[in-house]
Amino acid sequence: MGAIGVIALNAFRESLRDKILYNLVLFAGLLIGLSVLLADLTITEHHKMIADMGLAAINLIGVIIAIFIGISLVNKEIERRTIYTIMARPISRTFFILGKYLGLVLTLFVNMAIMLGVFLITLWLYHVPIGPSLFQSVQLIFIEILVVTAIALFFSTFSSATLSAILTLGIYVIGHLTSDLRGLTSNSESVAAKAVVDVLYYLCPNLEMLNIKGQAAVGILVAPEYMMFASLYGLLYAGVLVTGACLVFQQRDF
Amino acid sequence: MDDIATEDLSKSYPSGWPGRPPFVALDGLSLTVRRGEIFGFLGPNGAGKTTTLKILLGLVRATSGRALLLGQPAGDVATRRRIGFLPESPYFYDYLTAEEFLGFYGQLAGLSRAVTTQRVDDLLQLVGLGEARTRQLRKFSKGMLQRIGLAQALIHDPELVILDEPMTGLDPVGRKQVRDLILSLRDQGKTVFFSTHILHDVEMICDRVGIVMKGRLVASGRVDELVRQDHIQSVEIVCQHVKVEGNAFIQSLASRVLQQGQQCLIVLPSPDAVDALVDEIRRQGGRLLSVTPHKASLEDLFFHEAAQEASRVPAHMTSGRAS
Repeated sequence: MGAIGVIALNAFRESLRDKILYNLVLFAGLLIGLSVLLADLTITEHHKMIADMGLAAINLIGVIIAIFIGISLVNKEIERRTIYTIMARPISRTFFILGKYLGLVLTLFVNMAIMLGVFLITLWLYHVPIGPSLFQSVQLIFIEILVVTAIALFFSTFSSATLSAILTLGIYVIGHLTSDLRGLTSNSESVAAKAVVDVLYYLCPNLEMLNIKGQAAVGILVAPEYMMFASLYGLLYAGVLVTGACLVFQQRDF
Repeated sequence: MDDIATEDLSKSYPSGWPGRPPFVALDGLSLTVRRGEIFGFLGPNGAGKTTTLKILLGLVRATSGRALLLGQPAGDVATRRRIGFLPESPYFYDYLTAEEFLGFYGQLAGLSRAVTTQRVDDLLQLVGLGEARTRQLRKFSKGMLQRIGLAQALIHDPELVILDEPMTGLDPVGRKQVRDLILSLRDQGKTVFFSTHILHDVEMICDRVGIVMKGRLVASGRVDELVRQDHIQSVEIVCQHVKVEGNAFIQSLASRVLQQGQQCLIVLPSPDAVDALVDEIRRQGGRLLSVTPHKASLEDLFFHEAAQEASRVPAHMTSGRAS
């Protein structure tokens, strides 16, 4: 196994030992509890509500884990000085960053796979039809989580955990609002406001592009071309950020 | 053949405030460590020892100067396969068990699974942690962490071992174990470079030492050479039935006189006056009990250099950290 794999598996093991996957119990409880509640409250649309709630819960918990582990991914190694013994080994700084990123991605993948399993069981219990649109939505949620993880990793290479959390959360929120903001400022007469929104639009990831939960909940299938484009966009964005994280990390003193 | 060679190595950190000069952690440090020797890198806290070690390992980039390890530039990734490192007050992945921890570092060093397993077994026995192999590091004492840290530095059988304050936090038994381990590494032909401020350990085991003060190497060489060069010596004479009180001749020779009943301790600042004092004791009918020459110790040299450095305080080194 290469050095990247060794680092990645250790990062995954750390998540397991730190009981990160315990959140799944919370997820299962939240999903089943809400489903029971909504099934009782709604008359006609409870299938849509259950599917919508399930996808939203998968998305929310995935993003929370991505941010809160991602921001300390590199920072914690420096603060706890474990980086000294790692960097004294025959492993490049780039491989270290890639290993840490892939370790968290593996954690998130396992996490999402289990959440998806619980979600499907809940749908089956409440006789909600399970269509391919749900899987399309989960695919793009995972891509979004890869982007959010890369943002958190990028900030964690040069700033504190708190600042990284604020910046990552900020970009996550802006990433979901840039299209709307651009629409709002298109009729504005303020050149400065337009310029600021334009910069944010092109700089921040368009995370709303990866949000098809609404269509998926009512069973609307998205075109394969869109899925391909959105996935490539997310992966490219994450790749650029991980590359940036590697470049910043190369220059750091410990 | 030098395993470590630095030439005019300097490192400064920006002060963070405009107009304020940078803090100089290392100031033109040049030293060599020969193959197969134990080299003690001495200095008070903040002298620049850890900064030097970090530059050698590529953890910090030097502002100027050159550093070579095993003939390759410091920080060269491939060369690290031949180097073992224990940082000061090491923090490790405390969720791992002792054997998982060593296995992880073995794999990072590129060892095969079979070799790693064998090395883990051997090293756990060597550092006396065989019984704790399945215990998580979060349940280890400080001394145990120091020992498992040493084991990780040696897991890949390196040629050059760099240790930052390896005796810190250890009890006398633990310190002896580490000293013995360092000596056994030299017996195996390995080079050991370690930083410390515990002078006793250095005097006991080092072939050569370097003393760093405020980022500068102020002395380097064999312990006996360094101590002899400095000529700080004294002689203690113990005698009986000699009246020293009011004896102007003895008082003029001695740097310190202590009378306890019939017995008297006279300390001479140099061996030059021993004959004259012994003659005086005999002239008075006294009895000479012992003459003990005190060679200058490394500690004396260390304090001497520290005092000299203290009188030389450049404006650019008045605040900040060095390690």
